[in-house]
Amino acid sequence: MTKANAGAMTGARMIVKALKDHGVDVVFGYPGGAVLPIYDEIFLQNDIRHILVRHEQGAVHMAEGYARSTGKPGVVLVTSGPGATNAVTGLTDALLDSIPLVVLAGQVPTFMIGTDGFQEADTVGITRPCTKMNWLVRDTSDLAETIHTAFHVATSGRPGPVLIDIPKDVQFATADYVAKEKMRPSHYQPKVKGDIEAITRLVELIEKAERPVFYTGGGIINSGPAASQLLRELVGATGFPVTSTLMGLGAYPASGKHWLGMLGMHGLYEANLAMHGCDLMINIGARFDDRITGRIADFSPRSVKAHVDIDPSSINKVIRVDLPIVGDVGHVLEDLLRIWKSRGRKVNQEGLAKWWRQIAEWRAVNCLDYRPSEKAIKPQYALQRLEALTGGMDRYITTEVGQHQMWAAQFLGFEAPNRWMTSGGLGTMGYGLPASIGVQIAHPEALVINVAGEASWLMNMQEMGTAMQFRAPVKQFILNNERLGMVRQWQELLHGERYSHSWSESLPDFVKLAEAFGCKGIRCADPKDLDDAIMEMIRYDGPVIFDCLVEKHENCFPMIPSGKPHNEMLLGEAETQGVIKAGGAVLV
Amino acid sequence: MSALNIKKGSTSHSAYDLRDSRAEAIESHTLAVVVANESGVLARVIGLFSGRGYNIDSLTVAEIDHEGHRSRITIVTRGTPHVIEQIKAQLGRLVPVHAVHDLTVEGPAVQRELALIKVAGKGEARIEALRLCEIFRANVVDSTLESFIFEMTGTPEKIDAFADLMRPLGLVEIARTGVAALSRGV
Repeated sequence: MTKANAGAMTGARMIVKALKDHGVDVVFGYPGGAVLPIYDEIFLQNDIRHILVRHEQGAVHMAEGYARSTGKPGVVLVTSGPGATNAVTGLTDALLDSIPLVVLAGQVPTFMIGTDGFQEADTVGITRPCTKMNWLVRDTSDLAETIHTAFHVATSGRPGPVLIDIPKDVQFATADYVAKEKMRPSHYQPKVKGDIEAITRLVELIEKAERPVFYTGGGIINSGPAASQLLRELVGATGFPVTSTLMGLGAYPASGKHWLGMLGMHGLYEANLAMHGCDLMINIGARFDDRITGRIADFSPRSVKAHVDIDPSSINKVIRVDLPIVGDVGHVLEDLLRIWKSRGRKVNQEGLAKWWRQIAEWRAVNCLDYRPSEKAIKPQYALQRLEALTGGMDRYITTEVGQHQMWAAQFLGFEAPNRWMTSGGLGTMGYGLPASIGVQIAHPEALVINVAGEASWLMNMQEMGTAMQFRAPVKQFILNNERLGMVRQWQELLHGERYSHSWSESLPDFVKLAEAFGCKGIRCADPKDLDDAIMEMIRYDGPVIFDCLVEKHENCFPMIPSGKPHNEMLLGEAETQGVIKAGGAVLV
Repeated sequence: MSALNIKKGSTSHSAYDLRDSRAEAIESHTLAVVVANESGVLARVIGLFSGRGYNIDSLTVAEIDHEGHRSRITIVTRGTPHVIEQIKAQLGRLVPVHAVHDLTVEGPAVQRELALIKVAGKGEARIEALRLCEIFRANVVDSTLESFIFEMTGTPEKIDAFADLMRPLGLVEIARTGVAALSRGV
């Protein structure tokens, strides 16, 4: 097709052309009967690279890793029936973390829909609650427009995953291609500018606040690098302390002097106490998740709360706020800065100085302290060494889900946005390995490390085959405690130390497993050998599975037990006896 | 560790139940939701209500603009003011939703529902049913020697009242459309 918009083409060709028109360079997918015409078209061209995964869940997580590290939508191609149902966990993960994805699924031909045909599933029905929007395309003449709309919806407003279900006969039939420039503008145009009156009111609060705190989230990352830049400028100019959710790490640099560290259930003492004791909370692009708030009734009881979010349904969903501002955080921050500057850059210096003295006292508690060991590798120590040896590099980190994820968030520092990919909302074990491959495909020269637990890692370990086939030199840094560590921790604290099914008895030999995949395996059990082993991992030109045998019964602290407010957080083992009451045990 | 203190028969273990139950009154609201008339839109709206645990007391839907591919969904729902606000925000962010109107708060509105009511009976009961039909301005749209089908339009409360009166007189079955509503004036 040399002449754009001219003449008819098959649906399959239309799909590939539309992807190119949207600047797609990589598709993560797995072929099957209902998508063969599309795979034929992929075979006939060289602009779009196809990454053959080993399981469709892996494809979606790879696309998430790609999207989160580039800011561009990730694209997935799966076949009908099991291909689509295998994508469901990834779609739900992307929905909860607001990651833009366009998933194309094959479907049985239109005349077979509803007959329980081979590999038929009600894909739009199954994926409706786990997509921002989905479509079944019954006519080839609607296909191009649907794809254009899909990219618009996935990336506009609060981003999210969308799915297009495409029956096989629609892929074979021909129709005219509708260029995206020729489309009627979509009615879906979320508001990006915040209300100026409300922003001015926030400026007034900023000018007077004695104990302010910025509570930032993934919305800043999603808004784009400009939003991170504006946040840095605002924090620097006002001198206010800033904390972030798990999703927002990197928006403000960890080395910045106003940084309090992550907040929440396993967040830092100073961050959580600042949230509890503040008189002005400025939530920018976060959503008062239950991991953040602890007990709702006692959440930051004395503060005026402002909330900037692009999604109106995030406002007052969990916590009632005093000053809601609906808009894109980038736009709102820009207006906020402009108005605050024009009014003379005022802050309450006296109150602020006192507030920082209080924060310094909390910092002095040194909440991440742990008992070091010369015999066993403490997981915290492993991450401290990883940070020391890789912190200065062009580095991307993904994680699985569990204790290791929280330790990674506590001990690794992120200086830039889009460098930290973790499953926050859904908590999907098995996310990190495929996500790391997606990141590496987008950034072939960068150092990409998946900080993993052995149990999570096994959930999608088949994707090592993908890493090998496409020469993605991802480093799998597995903190192996032979336990489901976070489950075990909760059983210890909440279920009378009855360790029901939270250990793995027949784990594979990870070094031999690496050899079986054709990559490098490294095992390290002695703290003295750790630095050399990590350097060996970094220097190796290819994928590495690093089996880091760590202390088996280490618990992750600090911790706000479920059902407790921020000011009742636990700092270490000694404080944990009998502190979690029955009401808290009901919560997850 | 003490045992979990969950009440017998309790089905909800949500964290949100632990919040202060500020005794907010449950309110009934009538929402008019204008949506793109695409397949799956109704399922998306209903899925929102079931997925997030909201109530639907009544729901009607029909195309209102063929050229513009618009349908109007009228939903009567119940909840605390906080839940009602969430419902509106959640509906508003659905991609195919063009507009959400809360007719209960946006000034006076007219609400109407249509019902077909079948009543069987003989003798005095049959005559009484017909008399009440006149009082309620219902119409007889089908009649046999032993039954009537009444058609009536009115507020849900009026239809409830009529149905209650028909019950001792031989109510057989009732079909109701659910509420359609428009705000008054322009």
